[in-house]
Amino acid sequence: MSKFDVYLSGVGGQGIGLLSETLARAVDYSGQRVIGADTHGLAQRGGMVSSHLRIGDTVHSVLIMKHSADLVISLERHEALRGLENYLKNGGTLVYYDAVWQPLDVRLRRSKEIENEDVLKEASKRGARVFRVFKEDLIDSRMQNVVIIGELAKESLIPGVSREHYVKALRDLLSGRTLERNLEVFQITAG
Amino acid sequence: MKNMGEMLLSKEGGSEIVIGNTAIVRAMLESGVRVATSYPGSPTPEIASAIASIPADRNPMYFEFSVNEKVATEVAFGASVNGHLSCVFFKSVGLNVAADTFVQLSLMELIGGMVIVLGDDPGANSSQNEQDNRHYARLSYTPLLEPATPGEAYRMFKEAAKLSKEMRMPVILRLSTHVCHAKEKVHFDPMYSIRPDNTPMFDVKNGPYIPITTEALNMKRRTLEKYEKLREMVEKFSFDTLIDNSNPERGVVTMGAPYLSLMDVLEEVSHKPDILKLGIINPLPEKILIDFLSSHREVWILEELDDVIEREVKALAYDTGLSTKIIGKIDIDDWIGEYAPDKVKRVLSKTWPDMVHIEESVETGTLKPRPAQMCPGCGHRSAFFAIKQALKVTDITVADIGCHTLGYLEPYNVGQVLLCMGHSCGTAAGLSMFNDSRRVVAFLGDSTFFHAGMPAIVNAIFNKHNFTLIIMENGTTAMTGHQDHPAVGRNFNDITLKIPLRKVLEGFGVENIREVDAYNQAKLRKYVEEALEEEGFKVIIAKHPCMLKFTRELRRSGKRLPNPVRVSKRCNLRFVCVSEFACPSYQIAEGGRVWVQEDLCIGDQSCVQTCPSNAIERVPSDSGNGGKSDV
Repeated sequence: MSKFDVYLSGVGGQGIGLLSETLARAVDYSGQRVIGADTHGLAQRGGMVSSHLRIGDTVHSVLIMKHSADLVISLERHEALRGLENYLKNGGTLVYYDAVWQPLDVRLRRSKEIENEDVLKEASKRGARVFRVFKEDLIDSRMQNVVIIGELAKESLIPGVSREHYVKALRDLLSGRTLERNLEVFQITAG
Repeated sequence: MKNMGEMLLSKEGGSEIVIGNTAIVRAMLESGVRVATSYPGSPTPEIASAIASIPADRNPMYFEFSVNEKVATEVAFGASVNGHLSCVFFKSVGLNVAADTFVQLSLMELIGGMVIVLGDDPGANSSQNEQDNRHYARLSYTPLLEPATPGEAYRMFKEAAKLSKEMRMPVILRLSTHVCHAKEKVHFDPMYSIRPDNTPMFDVKNGPYIPITTEALNMKRRTLEKYEKLREMVEKFSFDTLIDNSNPERGVVTMGAPYLSLMDVLEEVSHKPDILKLGIINPLPEKILIDFLSSHREVWILEELDDVIEREVKALAYDTGLSTKIIGKIDIDDWIGEYAPDKVKRVLSKTWPDMVHIEESVETGTLKPRPAQMCPGCGHRSAFFAIKQALKVTDITVADIGCHTLGYLEPYNVGQVLLCMGHSCGTAAGLSMFNDSRRVVAFLGDSTFFHAGMPAIVNAIFNKHNFTLIIMENGTTAMTGHQDHPAVGRNFNDITLKIPLRKVLEGFGVENIREVDAYNQAKLRKYVEEALEEEGFKVIIAKHPCMLKFTRELRRSGKRLPNPVRVSKRCNLRFVCVSEFACPSYQIAEGGRVWVQEDLCIGDQSCVQTCPSNAIERVPSDSGNGGKSDV
């Protein structure tokens, strides 16, 4: 495999930074070269945030070209559709956590909330595989990103990266009670 | 990496995945930087976060967030002429604030050395423009190095420090947003301990340091002589990379992050051009460039933002009598935006259309952009909601820089003009001239008050201007990541004297001051209505602590947030909470009802007073489904 591009997106405050950092470290533990960047401009809570991860020896810029990501990961449904439309290559894979943080336009009742069917419809147009992730009994919404990591491990969605690599990465970045709680959620979702 | 501080101090060095900003801190420590200063601004504040990770008792560096970039530059300058290697870092437009000081630096004998780290922002991701600070290097005869990756930033910082000490002149390390924030595995050298020397070395014999009358010209001559020497030195530096693709027809001269984008685009090109990647941008390595030009029929200058290198290379070719075809910027688009791979591909397709093919506008999304917005519980939202009710449509509102700039967005639309940090009171004074019919309201944040806001406030008193200033005080520098400012009572290192805004204003002689909690909407509205009817310069301080900072600290201390609110049966769909107050916690459910997204609501209750039907209530403690309850 020459290269593998992962585009991550969500809304500021959802924990894209930790998600992306964990994946980067997991890829590194798998022995592959990884580069990337978080792009967060003015976003604090509520703005669109994205992160780029690029795996392989033939990648140069930290930024992925439009319509060329092999995998798009999103923590929010509207952003999942946006990532799919703008970054996923035809035949790529979309994984998203089905949380909804309505954008202003929806709250002002000028556009409709994006439904899961809308995402599926767009995905089938592009020949993309879709993994919708949602964990009903999650006690803390700040762990939605770890549910995603569990899904990536379960379905082996990043080539060469296995469950152990993700666990090692999480151990690098978290500690104490937070680490325990996150590992627990990871184990359950990774199956 | 369990601990960033330990990694930064590690004697052995080793490899670690870091962002460019972190890599620079390791380079500072290895180079023996004693004094580092800054004012927070994206894309550079993570440099300070990395410094903050170093245990204070083992940190050989002094660091401070100064009140603005100018002062930060002066502190670093003072340390340098006293013999200490220093470093100042800030964002692109920060250099405008520091410019008066900065342009003098190259005239001075900086015996300790001084590195200026600039975070330029092509694409204006988090800045009010995308200015190209390479112009400043030329303006001030200052050497400028430009890395493309975190690893290069690390190595070039060390070279910059060495060069600066050797030449006793300032050296700029110019980063751009996605070099600061790029992450990759960087190999760090071992750390050799440098014994700190605290002898104050300042000596006028090293100068002169007073550039007055003929000395100013003598000093300029000395600077230019250094610069001439540097021109020869740069030919031997190892900053430039030649990628030989055996193409005598086409060559590209490029630098920094655009070089990486080009490499990506060329992955799909079979007959690749030769590439000269420059590391030092000012002064340019002329002999290397002449060699490259004369060995190609066509040379494309690929540079982000302005045509700085293009002009120099064209002049060089003219002076040398070279007939190489030099291709630079083609149209206005080439001057705008970040040179990410997509952009470089587009520009390349105009330059050499046979090389790459651009597919006709691939269909892109239908979704509207999701801009940043004020956080749930933000005092600014509460303030804007109240202030808007006190304003007439003809009133003119002057925004300033900070989280409160976001008030210009709908549905608040408060803030109609913005220049830069601290402009609001000056601009408001001008707007109030020959103007009896449209009332003028200026906004200012508390960190910006100290940064650049005070002179125009003094001017308003001194020159008896007629407008209302609303200071949006949230007790921190919120937008750049919650750095302390002089009214907080704590600096980067320690507890310090609190400088309350009100006392400063009173000291200036402002008599008309009102102070109110931004959550008290009725009172704030009344205050604004009153102040707008009064003559002269009036100040309203609308204060409420930054709730993002507050909730983070609450969670960190193991405490729970207050229960969220919910919409009760009394709701009769007036939609004030969603459409006018517009806290993002309020969402539209299927069937058009309103519900509260519990993951977002922090239980601040600043919304309760906005509901005309009294339908917003706190979720009782024993309720499990909370805001998701149906109405």
